[in-house]
Amino acid sequence: MSDDIHALAAAYALDALSQAEEQSFEQHLAGCTRCRGELAGLKEAAASLAYAAAGPSPPLQLRERILSQARNERGNVVSLPARRRNWTAPLAAAAAIAASVAIGLGVWTATRPSEGNAFARILAQPGAKVIGMGDRGAVTVAPDGEAALILRVPPAPSGKTYEAWVIRPGATKPAGLFRGGKGATVLEIQGAVTRGSVIGVTVERAGGVDQPSQKPFAATKAIT
Amino acid sequence: MTTRSPATGDLAQVSDEALVSLVANSDEQALAELYDRFGRVAYGLALRILRDEALAQDAVQEAFLGVWRSADRYLPERAKASTWILTLVHRRAVDLVRREERRRGERLEDAPESVALSTVEGEATLGYQRRVVQEALKGLPADQREALELAYYGGLTQSELAERLGQPLGTIKSRMFMGLARLRDLLAQAGLEESLR
Repeated sequence: MSDDIHALAAAYALDALSQAEEQSFEQHLAGCTRCRGELAGLKEAAASLAYAAAGPSPPLQLRERILSQARNERGNVVSLPARRRNWTAPLAAAAAIAASVAIGLGVWTATRPSEGNAFARILAQPGAKVIGMGDRGAVTVAPDGEAALILRVPPAPSGKTYEAWVIRPGATKPAGLFRGGKGATVLEIQGAVTRGSVIGVTVERAGGVDQPSQKPFAATKAIT
Repeated sequence: MTTRSPATGDLAQVSDEALVSLVANSDEQALAELYDRFGRVAYGLALRILRDEALAQDAVQEAFLGVWRSADRYLPERAKASTWILTLVHRRAVDLVRREERRRGERLEDAPESVALSTVEGEATLGYQRRVVQEALKGLPADQREALELAYYGGLTQSELAERLGQPLGTIKSRMFMGLARLRDLLAQAGLEESLR
Protein backbone atom coordinates (compact mmCIF):
# COMPACT_ATOMS: atom_id res chain seq x y z
CA MET A 1 0.00 0.00 0.00
CA SER A 2 1.25 3.48 -0.73
CA ASP A 3 1.82 6.08 1.97
CA ASP A 4 -1.15 7.83 0.54
CA ILE A 5 -3.59 5.41 2.05
CA HIS A 6 -2.01 5.57 5.52
CA ALA A 7 -2.60 9.32 5.42
CA LEU A 8 -6.33 8.65 5.20
CA ALA A 9 -6.44 7.58 8.85
CA ALA A 10 -7.06 11.16 9.99
CA ALA A 11 -9.77 11.81 7.43
CA TYR A 12 -11.34 8.51 8.44
CA ALA A 13 -11.26 9.47 12.12
CA LEU A 14 -12.92 12.78 11.20
CA ASP A 15 -15.62 11.07 9.08
CA ALA A 16 -14.28 13.08 6.14
CA LEU A 17 -14.13 10.33 3.54
CA SER A 18 -16.63 9.60 0.82
CA GLN A 19 -18.32 6.24 1.06
CA ALA A 20 -16.04 4.70 -1.56
CA GLU A 21 -12.89 6.08 0.08
CA GLU A 22 -14.11 4.86 3.42
CA GLN A 23 -14.67 1.35 2.17
CA SER A 24 -11.27 1.14 0.59
CA PHE A 25 -9.63 2.49 3.72
CA GLU A 26 -11.45 -0.06 5.85
CA GLN A 27 -10.13 -2.82 3.64
CA HIS A 28 -6.66 -1.40 4.07
CA LEU A 29 -7.17 -1.08 7.80
CA ALA A 30 -7.92 -4.76 8.18
CA GLY A 31 -4.38 -5.59 7.10
CA CYS A 32 -2.42 -2.62 8.40
CA THR A 33 -1.36 -2.73 12.04
CA ARG A 34 0.29 0.68 11.71
CA CYS A 35 -3.00 2.34 10.79
CA ARG A 36 -4.98 0.45 13.39
CA GLY A 37 -2.51 1.57 16.04
CA GLU A 38 -2.61 5.14 14.86
CA LEU A 39 -6.34 5.27 14.46
CA ALA A 40 -7.18 4.77 18.14
CA GLY A 41 -5.38 7.96 19.15
CA LEU A 42 -6.68 9.91 16.17
CA LYS A 43 -10.26 8.91 16.89
CA GLU A 44 -9.91 9.98 20.46
CA ALA A 45 -8.51 13.35 19.38
CA ALA A 46 -11.35 13.74 16.88
CA ALA A 47 -13.99 12.88 19.50
CA SER A 48 -12.50 15.43 21.88
CA LEU A 49 -13.44 18.10 19.36
CA ALA A 50 -17.03 17.45 20.41
CA TYR A 51 -16.30 19.14 23.72
CA ALA A 52 -15.29 22.36 22.02
CA ALA A 53 -18.75 22.52 20.44
CA ALA A 54 -20.64 22.37 23.72
CA GLY A 55 -23.78 24.45 23.42
CA PRO A 56 -27.24 24.60 24.94
CA SER A 57 -28.78 21.68 26.78
CA PRO A 58 -30.95 19.32 24.77
CA PRO A 59 -34.69 19.60 25.43
CA LEU A 60 -35.78 17.50 28.39
CA GLN A 61 -38.14 15.34 26.36
CA LEU A 62 -35.27 14.02 24.23
CA ARG A 63 -34.12 11.86 27.13
CA GLU A 64 -37.54 10.25 27.48
CA ARG A 65 -37.87 9.80 23.71
CA ILE A 66 -34.62 7.88 23.62
CA LEU A 67 -35.42 5.75 26.64
CA SER A 68 -38.92 4.86 25.52
CA GLN A 69 -37.72 3.94 22.06
CA ALA A 70 -35.00 1.78 23.59
CA ARG A 71 -37.67 0.11 25.73
CA ASN A 72 -39.76 -0.61 22.64
CA GLU A 73 -36.85 -2.11 20.82
CA ARG A 74 -35.89 -4.44 23.59
CA GLY A 75 -36.25 -7.95 22.33
CA ASN A 76 -36.32 -7.04 18.68
CA VAL A 77 -32.67 -7.75 18.35
CA VAL A 78 -31.24 -11.20 18.78
CA SER A 79 -29.17 -12.05 21.81
CA LEU A 80 -31.29 -10.04 24.19
CA PRO A 81 -32.20 -12.35 27.02
CA ALA A 82 -35.88 -11.45 27.36
CA ARG A 83 -37.11 -13.74 24.61
CA ARG A 84 -35.92 -17.00 26.00
CA ARG A 85 -39.03 -18.52 27.45
CA ASN A 86 -41.31 -21.03 25.81
CA TRP A 87 -39.37 -21.67 22.70
CA THR A 88 -39.22 -25.42 22.74
CA ALA A 89 -42.70 -26.41 21.65
CA PRO A 90 -43.03 -24.05 18.68
CA LEU A 91 -39.48 -24.88 17.70
CA ALA A 92 -40.30 -28.56 17.44
CA ALA A 93 -43.41 -27.81 15.39
CA ALA A 94 -41.52 -25.37 13.25
CA ALA A 95 -38.71 -27.79 12.67
CA ALA A 96 -41.17 -30.22 11.15
CA ILE A 97 -42.68 -27.54 8.93
CA ALA A 98 -39.30 -26.21 7.97
CA ALA A 99 -38.14 -29.65 7.01
CA SER A 100 -41.25 -30.16 4.91
CA VAL A 101 -40.70 -26.95 2.99
CA ALA A 102 -37.17 -28.13 2.46
CA ILE A 103 -35.24 -25.01 3.20
CA GLY A 104 -32.37 -27.42 3.42
CA LEU A 105 -30.38 -25.21 5.67
CA GLY A 106 -29.61 -27.74 8.33
CA VAL A 107 -29.71 -24.89 10.75
CA TRP A 108 -32.06 -26.04 13.43
CA THR A 109 -29.60 -27.94 15.52
CA ALA A 110 -27.08 -25.15 15.15
CA THR A 111 -29.47 -22.48 16.30
CA ARG A 112 -29.12 -21.44 19.87
CA PRO A 113 -32.41 -21.58 21.77
CA SER A 114 -32.45 -17.87 22.54
CA GLU A 115 -32.19 -17.17 18.83
CA GLY A 116 -34.57 -19.82 17.55
CA ASN A 117 -37.53 -18.23 19.18
CA ALA A 118 -38.84 -15.59 16.78
CA PHE A 119 -38.51 -17.64 13.60
CA ALA A 120 -40.06 -20.70 15.19
CA ARG A 121 -42.87 -18.77 16.80
CA ILE A 122 -43.86 -17.00 13.60
CA LEU A 123 -43.46 -20.10 11.49
CA ALA A 124 -45.76 -21.92 13.86
CA GLN A 125 -48.60 -19.47 13.22
CA PRO A 126 -51.40 -20.70 10.93
CA GLY A 127 -50.87 -19.46 7.40
CA ALA A 128 -47.21 -18.53 7.88
CA LYS A 129 -45.13 -18.70 4.72
CA VAL A 130 -41.48 -19.44 4.17
CA ILE A 131 -39.54 -17.64 1.45
CA GLY A 132 -36.00 -18.66 0.61
CA MET A 133 -33.16 -16.20 0.85
CA GLY A 134 -30.33 -17.42 -1.33
CA ASP A 135 -28.89 -20.72 -0.25
CA ARG A 136 -28.08 -19.59 3.25
CA GLY A 137 -31.31 -18.43 4.73
CA ALA A 138 -35.04 -17.95 4.70
CA VAL A 139 -37.72 -15.59 5.86
CA THR A 140 -40.99 -16.57 7.45
CA VAL A 141 -43.97 -14.23 7.29
CA ALA A 142 -47.19 -14.60 9.29
CA PRO A 143 -50.49 -13.43 7.76
CA ASP A 144 -50.43 -10.33 9.97
CA GLY A 145 -47.07 -9.29 8.51
CA GLU A 146 -44.96 -10.37 11.45
CA ALA A 147 -41.76 -11.81 10.07
CA ALA A 148 -38.39 -13.23 11.02
CA LEU A 149 -35.36 -14.22 9.07
CA ILE A 150 -32.87 -16.98 9.61
CA LEU A 151 -29.49 -16.70 7.99
CA ARG A 152 -26.19 -18.48 8.20
CA VAL A 153 -23.34 -16.01 7.83
CA PRO A 154 -19.86 -15.68 9.31
CA PRO A 155 -19.40 -13.11 12.09
CA ALA A 156 -19.54 -9.56 10.77
CA PRO A 157 -16.07 -8.00 10.41
CA SER A 158 -14.88 -5.80 13.23
CA GLY A 159 -16.68 -2.46 13.20
CA LYS A 160 -19.41 -3.86 10.96
CA THR A 161 -22.85 -5.26 11.42
CA TYR A 162 -25.34 -7.12 9.31
CA GLU A 163 -28.44 -5.04 8.73
CA ALA A 164 -31.75 -6.38 7.46
CA TRP A 165 -34.07 -4.27 5.32
CA VAL A 166 -37.70 -4.29 4.33
CA ILE A 167 -37.52 -3.06 0.75
CA ARG A 168 -40.56 -1.69 -1.01
CA PRO A 169 -40.60 0.37 -4.16
CA GLY A 170 -39.68 3.85 -2.98
CA ALA A 171 -39.26 2.95 0.67
CA THR A 172 -36.51 0.92 2.27
CA LYS A 173 -36.70 0.57 6.01
CA PRO A 174 -34.15 -0.81 8.47
CA ALA A 175 -35.41 -4.05 9.98
CA GLY A 176 -32.77 -4.89 12.55
CA LEU A 177 -29.10 -5.56 13.16
CA PHE A 178 -27.29 -8.80 13.84
CA ARG A 179 -23.82 -10.11 14.15
CA GLY A 180 -23.83 -13.49 12.49
CA GLY A 181 -21.49 -16.17 13.69
CA LYS A 182 -21.56 -19.81 14.54
CA GLY A 183 -24.65 -21.62 13.31
CA ALA A 184 -27.54 -19.56 12.05
CA THR A 185 -28.83 -16.26 13.31
CA VAL A 186 -32.49 -15.50 13.76
CA LEU A 187 -33.73 -11.94 13.58
CA GLU A 188 -37.24 -10.75 14.17
CA ILE A 189 -38.02 -8.22 11.45
CA GLN A 190 -38.95 -4.81 12.81
CA GLY A 191 -42.19 -3.53 11.40
CA ALA A 192 -44.83 -5.36 9.41
CA VAL A 193 -43.88 -7.01 6.13
CA THR A 194 -46.53 -6.36 3.54
CA ARG A 195 -47.13 -7.97 0.17
CA GLY A 196 -44.66 -6.98 -2.48
CA SER A 197 -41.88 -6.33 0.06
CA VAL A 198 -38.46 -7.84 -0.34
CA ILE A 199 -36.31 -8.67 2.67
CA GLY A 200 -32.61 -8.06 2.09
CA VAL A 201 -29.44 -8.03 4.15
CA THR A 202 -26.35 -5.84 3.79
CA VAL A 203 -23.13 -5.30 5.72
CA GLU A 204 -23.02 -1.87 7.31
CA ARG A 205 -20.93 -0.04 9.80
CA ALA A 206 -21.44 -0.96 13.45
CA GLY A 207 -24.51 0.68 14.88
CA GLY A 208 -26.36 0.40 11.62
CA VAL A 209 -27.41 3.01 9.08
CA ASP A 210 -30.74 4.42 7.93
CA GLN A 211 -30.44 3.37 4.32
CA PRO A 212 -28.44 0.51 2.82
CA SER A 213 -25.04 1.58 1.47
CA GLN A 214 -24.86 -1.32 -0.95
CA LYS A 215 -26.91 -3.90 -2.78
CA PRO A 216 -28.11 -6.68 -0.46
CA PHE A 217 -25.89 -9.76 -0.62
CA ALA A 218 -28.89 -11.87 0.28
CA ALA A 219 -32.51 -11.13 -0.54
CA THR A 220 -35.86 -12.85 -0.88
CA LYS A 221 -38.19 -12.65 -3.81
CA ALA A 222 -41.08 -10.28 -3.35
CA ILE A 223 -43.35 -11.56 -0.57
CA THR A 224 -46.72 -12.67 -1.97
CA MET B 1 -32.23 -10.30 32.91
CA THR B 2 -28.89 -11.72 33.84
CA THR B 3 -27.31 -8.52 35.06
CA ARG B 4 -29.07 -5.91 37.11
CA SER B 5 -27.77 -2.46 37.54
CA PRO B 6 -26.75 -1.57 41.05
CA ALA B 7 -29.39 0.19 43.14
CA THR B 8 -30.41 3.52 41.71
CA GLY B 9 -27.91 6.17 42.59
CA ASP B 10 -24.95 3.82 42.55
CA LEU B 11 -24.65 4.15 38.80
CA ALA B 12 -23.02 7.52 39.31
CA GLN B 13 -19.93 5.65 40.56
CA VAL B 14 -19.79 3.26 37.62
CA SER B 15 -17.24 3.87 34.85
CA ASP B 16 -18.44 4.76 31.37
CA GLU B 17 -17.08 1.47 30.07
CA ALA B 18 -18.91 -0.57 32.70
CA LEU B 19 -22.12 1.31 31.89
CA VAL B 20 -21.78 0.24 28.27
CA SER B 21 -21.54 -3.38 29.34
CA LEU B 22 -24.68 -2.95 31.45
CA VAL B 23 -26.38 -1.47 28.39
CA ALA B 24 -25.30 -4.56 26.47
CA ASN B 25 -27.48 -6.46 28.95
CA SER B 26 -30.44 -4.24 28.08
CA ASP B 27 -30.09 -2.20 31.24
CA GLU B 28 -32.18 0.87 30.65
CA GLN B 29 -30.94 2.74 33.69
CA ALA B 30 -27.39 2.39 32.45
CA LEU B 31 -28.46 3.89 29.13
CA ALA B 32 -30.11 6.75 30.99
CA GLU B 33 -26.91 7.33 32.96
CA LEU B 34 -24.82 7.40 29.76
CA TYR B 35 -27.26 9.88 28.30
CA ASP B 36 -26.98 12.04 31.41
CA ARG B 37 -23.20 12.01 31.05
CA PHE B 38 -22.89 12.56 27.31
CA GLY B 39 -26.26 13.80 26.06
CA ARG B 40 -25.31 17.42 26.53
CA VAL B 41 -22.00 17.19 24.64
CA ALA B 42 -23.67 15.03 22.02
CA TYR B 43 -26.41 17.58 21.44
CA GLY B 44 -23.95 20.47 21.33
CA LEU B 45 -21.97 18.65 18.68
CA ALA B 46 -24.99 17.65 16.64
CA LEU B 47 -26.36 21.17 16.76
CA ARG B 48 -23.04 22.64 15.68
CA ILE B 49 -22.98 20.32 12.68
CA LEU B 50 -26.66 20.39 11.75
CA ARG B 51 -27.68 23.92 12.82
CA ASP B 52 -31.20 22.71 13.30
CA GLU B 53 -32.66 21.67 16.64
CA ALA B 54 -34.99 18.99 15.33
CA LEU B 55 -32.27 17.37 13.21
CA ALA B 56 -29.79 17.58 16.08
CA GLN B 57 -32.27 15.79 18.33
CA ASP B 58 -32.75 13.10 15.69
CA ALA B 59 -29.00 12.61 15.41
CA VAL B 60 -28.59 12.30 19.17
CA GLN B 61 -31.54 9.93 19.44
CA GLU B 62 -30.23 7.71 16.66
CA ALA B 63 -26.75 7.71 18.16
CA PHE B 64 -27.98 6.66 21.60
CA LEU B 65 -30.18 3.99 20.07
CA GLY B 66 -27.02 2.88 18.26
CA VAL B 67 -25.40 2.60 21.69
CA TRP B 68 -28.39 0.57 22.88
CA ARG B 69 -28.31 -1.76 19.88
CA SER B 70 -24.61 -2.32 19.56
CA ALA B 71 -23.28 -2.03 23.10
CA ASP B 72 -22.47 -5.73 23.03
CA ARG B 73 -19.97 -5.06 20.27
CA TYR B 74 -18.13 -2.27 22.04
CA LEU B 75 -14.53 -3.24 22.82
CA PRO B 76 -13.10 -1.30 25.76
CA GLU B 77 -9.53 -2.13 24.70
CA ARG B 78 -10.11 -0.31 21.41
CA ALA B 79 -11.51 2.98 22.61
CA LYS B 80 -12.81 4.80 25.63
CA ALA B 81 -16.59 4.62 25.90
CA SER B 82 -16.79 8.40 25.52
CA THR B 83 -14.88 8.20 22.24
CA TRP B 84 -17.11 5.41 21.01
CA ILE B 85 -20.30 7.28 21.87
CA LEU B 86 -19.18 10.64 20.48
CA THR B 87 -17.98 8.90 17.32
CA LEU B 88 -21.49 7.48 16.86
CA VAL B 89 -23.01 10.91 17.42
CA HIS B 90 -20.64 12.57 14.96
CA ARG B 91 -21.28 9.91 12.36
CA ARG B 92 -25.04 10.27 12.65
CA ALA B 93 -24.89 14.04 12.47
CA VAL B 94 -22.59 13.98 9.45
CA ASP B 95 -24.76 11.42 7.69
CA LEU B 96 -27.79 13.64 8.31
CA VAL B 97 -26.10 16.83 7.20
CA ARG B 98 -24.93 15.19 4.01
CA ARG B 99 -28.35 13.76 3.39
CA GLU B 100 -30.08 17.03 4.01
CA GLU B 101 -27.65 18.59 1.58
CA ARG B 102 -27.26 21.56 3.76
CA ARG B 103 -24.32 23.39 2.45
CA ARG B 104 -22.63 23.57 5.75
CA GLY B 105 -19.42 25.11 4.44
CA GLU B 106 -21.10 28.34 3.39
CA ARG B 107 -22.86 28.68 6.65
CA LEU B 108 -20.01 27.93 8.91
CA GLU B 109 -18.97 31.56 9.26
CA ASP B 110 -22.44 32.50 10.42
CA ALA B 111 -22.32 30.04 13.25
CA PRO B 112 -22.18 31.41 16.74
CA GLU B 113 -18.64 30.64 17.84
CA SER B 114 -19.68 29.90 21.33
CA VAL B 115 -22.77 29.66 23.43
CA ALA B 116 -22.67 30.89 26.99
CA LEU B 117 -22.74 28.06 29.45
CA SER B 118 -25.06 28.42 32.37
CA THR B 119 -24.09 27.21 35.80
CA VAL B 120 -26.03 24.04 36.32
CA GLU B 121 -24.16 21.29 38.12
CA GLY B 122 -21.74 19.44 35.87
CA GLU B 123 -21.31 22.29 33.49
CA ALA B 124 -18.19 23.53 35.20
CA THR B 125 -16.47 20.33 34.12
CA LEU B 126 -17.87 20.60 30.64
CA GLY B 127 -16.71 24.20 30.46
CA TYR B 128 -13.24 23.15 31.55
CA GLN B 129 -13.01 20.37 28.98
CA ARG B 130 -14.19 22.77 26.38
CA ARG B 131 -11.53 25.32 27.21
CA VAL B 132 -8.79 22.70 27.13
CA VAL B 133 -9.82 21.55 23.65
CA GLN B 134 -10.20 25.11 22.41
CA GLU B 135 -6.75 25.99 23.75
CA ALA B 136 -5.27 22.95 22.02
CA LEU B 137 -6.97 23.97 18.77
CA LYS B 138 -5.42 27.41 19.08
CA GLY B 139 -2.04 25.73 19.33
CA LEU B 140 -2.36 24.39 15.79
CA PRO B 141 -1.17 26.18 12.67
CA ALA B 142 -4.14 28.06 11.23
CA ASP B 143 -4.38 25.97 8.06
CA GLN B 144 -4.46 22.72 10.02
CA ARG B 145 -7.06 24.04 12.43
CA GLU B 146 -9.22 25.22 9.55
CA ALA B 147 -9.06 21.80 7.89
CA LEU B 148 -10.03 20.02 11.13
CA GLU B 149 -12.89 22.38 11.87
CA LEU B 150 -14.35 22.28 8.39
CA ALA B 151 -14.14 18.51 8.35
CA TYR B 152 -15.35 17.78 11.87
CA TYR B 153 -17.92 20.51 12.46
CA GLY B 154 -18.71 21.19 8.83
CA GLY B 155 -19.17 17.59 7.77
CA LEU B 156 -17.15 18.19 4.60
CA THR B 157 -15.35 15.30 2.93
CA GLN B 158 -11.69 15.74 2.13
CA SER B 159 -12.51 16.29 -1.55
CA GLU B 160 -15.08 18.95 -0.70
CA LEU B 161 -12.47 20.56 1.55
CA ALA B 162 -9.91 20.58 -1.23
CA GLU B 163 -12.37 22.22 -3.56
CA ARG B 164 -13.54 24.74 -1.02
CA LEU B 165 -10.05 25.76 0.01
CA GLY B 166 -8.67 25.59 -3.52
CA GLN B 167 -5.88 23.23 -2.48
CA PRO B 168 -4.69 19.91 -3.87
CA LEU B 169 -6.20 16.88 -2.15
CA GLY B 170 -2.76 15.78 -0.97
CA THR B 171 -2.31 19.06 0.87
CA ILE B 172 -5.66 18.67 2.59
CA LYS B 173 -4.89 15.10 3.62
CA SER B 174 -1.64 16.09 5.19
CA ARG B 175 -3.15 19.12 6.94
CA MET B 176 -5.79 16.92 8.49
CA PHE B 177 -3.29 14.28 9.46
CA MET B 178 -0.74 16.64 10.94
CA GLY B 179 -3.43 18.70 12.62
CA LEU B 180 -5.17 15.76 14.23
CA ALA B 181 -1.90 14.14 15.33
CA ARG B 182 -0.76 17.44 16.83
CA LEU B 183 -4.11 17.92 18.54
CA ARG B 184 -3.77 14.46 20.03
CA ASP B 185 -0.35 15.34 21.42
CA LEU B 186 -1.44 18.71 22.76
CA LEU B 187 -4.42 17.17 24.52
CA ALA B 188 -2.23 14.50 26.03
CA GLN B 189 0.02 17.24 27.34
CA ALA B 190 -2.92 19.08 28.78
CA GLY B 191 -3.78 15.97 30.73
CA LEU B 192 -7.22 15.91 29.20
CA GLU B 193 -7.04 12.15 29.18
CA GLU B 194 -7.59 12.13 32.90
CA SER B 195 -10.17 14.86 33.14
CA LEU B 196 -12.38 13.37 30.41
CA ARG B 197 -12.69 10.07 32.19
